[in-house]
Amino acid sequence: MKLRKFIPFFAVALAATTSQALAENTLRWTSQGDALTLDPHSQNEGPTLATNGMMYESLVTRDSALTLQPELAVSWEPMDGNIWRFNLRQGVKFQGGEDFTAEDVAFSIERAKHEKSDFKEQIKSIVEVKIVDDHTIDFITDAINPILPNQLTSFYIMDKGWSEANNIVTPQDFAGEEETFAVRNTNGTGPFKLVSRAPDELTVLEKNPDWWGAGQFPGNIDRIEYRPIGNAATRVAALLSNEVDFILDPPLQDLKRIDAADGLKTQTTPQIRTIFFGMDQGIEELRTSNVKGANPFADVRVREAMNLAIDRKAIQRVVMEGLSFPAGMITSPGVLGSTPEQDAEIPLDVAKAQALMADAGYADGFSVQLDCPNNRYINDEKICQAAVSMLAKIGIDIKLDAIPKAQHFPKIQKRTSDFYMLGWGVPTLDSHYVFSYLLDAEGSWNAVGYNNELVNSITKGIASETDLEKRTAMIDEAWSQVRKDMPYIPIHHQVIAWGMADNVDTPMSADDALRPRFITMK
Amino acid sequence: MLSHILRRIAQSILVMAAVSLISFSLFNFVGDPVNNMVGQEATREDRVRIRQELGLDDPIFTQYTRFLGNAIQGDFGLSYRIKRPVSLLIKERLPATLELVFVSAVIALVVGIGAGVYTGIKRNGWLSKSILSTSLVGVSLPTFIIGIGLIYLFAVTLRWLPSSGRAGVVEIGWWKTSFLTVDGWRSIILPAITLSLFQLTMILRLVRAEMLEVMQADYIKFARARGLSERSINFVHALKNTLVPVITIIGLNIGGLIAFSVITETVFQWPGTGLMFIQAVDFADVPIMAAYLCFVALVFVLVNLVVDLLYVVIDPRIRMGGR
Repeated sequence: MKLRKFIPFFAVALAATTSQALAENTLRWTSQGDALTLDPHSQNEGPTLATNGMMYESLVTRDSALTLQPELAVSWEPMDGNIWRFNLRQGVKFQGGEDFTAEDVAFSIERAKHEKSDFKEQIKSIVEVKIVDDHTIDFITDAINPILPNQLTSFYIMDKGWSEANNIVTPQDFAGEEETFAVRNTNGTGPFKLVSRAPDELTVLEKNPDWWGAGQFPGNIDRIEYRPIGNAATRVAALLSNEVDFILDPPLQDLKRIDAADGLKTQTTPQIRTIFFGMDQGIEELRTSNVKGANPFADVRVREAMNLAIDRKAIQRVVMEGLSFPAGMITSPGVLGSTPEQDAEIPLDVAKAQALMADAGYADGFSVQLDCPNNRYINDEKICQAAVSMLAKIGIDIKLDAIPKAQHFPKIQKRTSDFYMLGWGVPTLDSHYVFSYLLDAEGSWNAVGYNNELVNSITKGIASETDLEKRTAMIDEAWSQVRKDMPYIPIHHQVIAWGMADNVDTPMSADDALRPRFITMK
Repeated sequence: MLSHILRRIAQSILVMAAVSLISFSLFNFVGDPVNNMVGQEATREDRVRIRQELGLDDPIFTQYTRFLGNAIQGDFGLSYRIKRPVSLLIKERLPATLELVFVSAVIALVVGIGAGVYTGIKRNGWLSKSILSTSLVGVSLPTFIIGIGLIYLFAVTLRWLPSSGRAGVVEIGWWKTSFLTVDGWRSIILPAITLSLFQLTMILRLVRAEMLEVMQADYIKFARARGLSERSINFVHALKNTLVPVITIIGLNIGGLIAFSVITETVFQWPGTGLMFIQAVDFADVPIMAAYLCFVALVFVLVNLVVDLLYVVIDPRIRMGGR
């Protein structure tokens, strides 16, 4: 047959066009979701921050070990009168050629404090900005704020003149009619500049030859091509077929397959994200329980029993295939306040748990609904299913409701859930972030109704305590109280896995962000 | 005749209105977009403010009439997720979907009719039997499994074709086309095959059944008796008469191809309207979902309308009955 002769020729022709020689070091990478916008103050969301962080820079940044490093500021120090002074880097130019000065920092603060900005919470403590000279700026805070530099690590600096010229002095408005210039155009000071962008298709960045840090970092990437691929199996296929060099979020079950493939490798590291369950102990009567007139979760013995009944090692082994760290607290190693003692795993003890349930008057157990997301955390729904069977052993009859995150999180925010799964990351790497959202009585994500005087007062205290030693002791005291009260059931700290070609060499960091200035390709 | 057409158009408008109202009321169940729009640090006051700005607290009917009022003027609002005008996004994404649908329709037609005629004529040949049994795959396997299977075979194992994405596009005005470069063709092959398989199988089986029937008809026997060549009998006289029902089905299924493309586009990261819709559902991006569902409803209604009107032209019985 004629056709049969033609097939090999066709195959060769196709194969020949696949292997284009790449003259420079091009990092082609993929992950699930694209940046939502290139406006650096519009969306406080992981992939958006990571993409913008390649083009824009902040005053203070973190290296891959997550320690604070100078970026656009070379040094910073607290001064009398609630002032932080930042000494800015000299001789830095924006990619459009504009000089970087204190004016730009003051402008960016103002822009990020705008009502439409998604960053105003992080910098709300700054009440006034004083330009001392072109390269010195003072931030005056409402009270002493010891962690201001930590809060500035994803606050990117824009050029004042460029923003004014392009009519983008405020971030994009949700209810607005038009997209603004900043959604698809950038002008940062960073190591890469935008070449082209087709949202959800392809974003191409190129090395900024005039970057101030050129030559000071090990990275040797000349060009970055980012192609988001939503479907996990397709994403892995793109790596296996050498169409991309790096995949940020391979599914855990595919890691072995990537490792087994020629020329590919995987790396894992613990993530700053802890998965836990919350029990609403603050209301009179649970909404979904057969117990009427009382709230079983209000009894600390019930909460302790539930903590004792969860077999965290089994979840790690069976559900997570070994890729998780069983947790004893709801924040991760690497966050100030996490210690091996506080994070010691709560041991499995079903007999003791049953005794505690009987003590509390629930020897026959009770029923309740568990709300769980099914597309947010690694194996979220499977973890919930495992917990259902573990808690059944102490008589708690759970109806599982696993739904997409867009429906799950409103339940927590409107406080209509009795029992829910939540994961929490800590961008500031300080326990204050965890206390102020999850444990303080006023915390906006404290949907368990936890209200402890000591914890409340320490939350306020550590916001202004500058004596590091004293502050760390206060944080530890609060965590001890939390460990005693058990308002949550910690499950584990997530693990990040990356897949890449053998010739890519990159440090990993717990915040799951790619830092191209440290990536080398051979 | 004219009253028939007007009646059909009026019915179409009614269907559009009903579809858009039903789909719009479903958005109450996709979740709260505000939660995705602001970071976890946002305060309760902020969330309330944004809900008010977007009018999410209004009764669903108020939201619907507002949406409809704007939509009639061609304004579908701003995407919550990417913050760009929805009408612009659909315009940008539509060429990808339409080209994909076009290529898969061509594959389905050419291969489907060819194989259908062959299996209809050589009923008992081994090739016919194997074509028929493999075609079962097309109807029984879900699209995403076929897609992943093709990716692993042609992209990962053989490395002949790219696994996903739409490479090598050329811009002609605002229309981005894959048809002008080798890379463009290479990246459209796998998704087009995946999308076409179901339709291909259906056309194949339909043509085969019709062929079997037609081959028994008297005029074929007469044609044979007259000594016409096999080729002329098969392809001129028989095939022509099998095509009437096939054309009807194909017309109705073009809408189906666009709707099915949601799954194919997701598997292959094909940057068309279907992929955009899935991402919108994940994010509870109501403006895109509303616009997309209206668009799909419009396609179905239009195709049905055209087919209905064609019936009037083709089938004299309807024309007469209208009097």
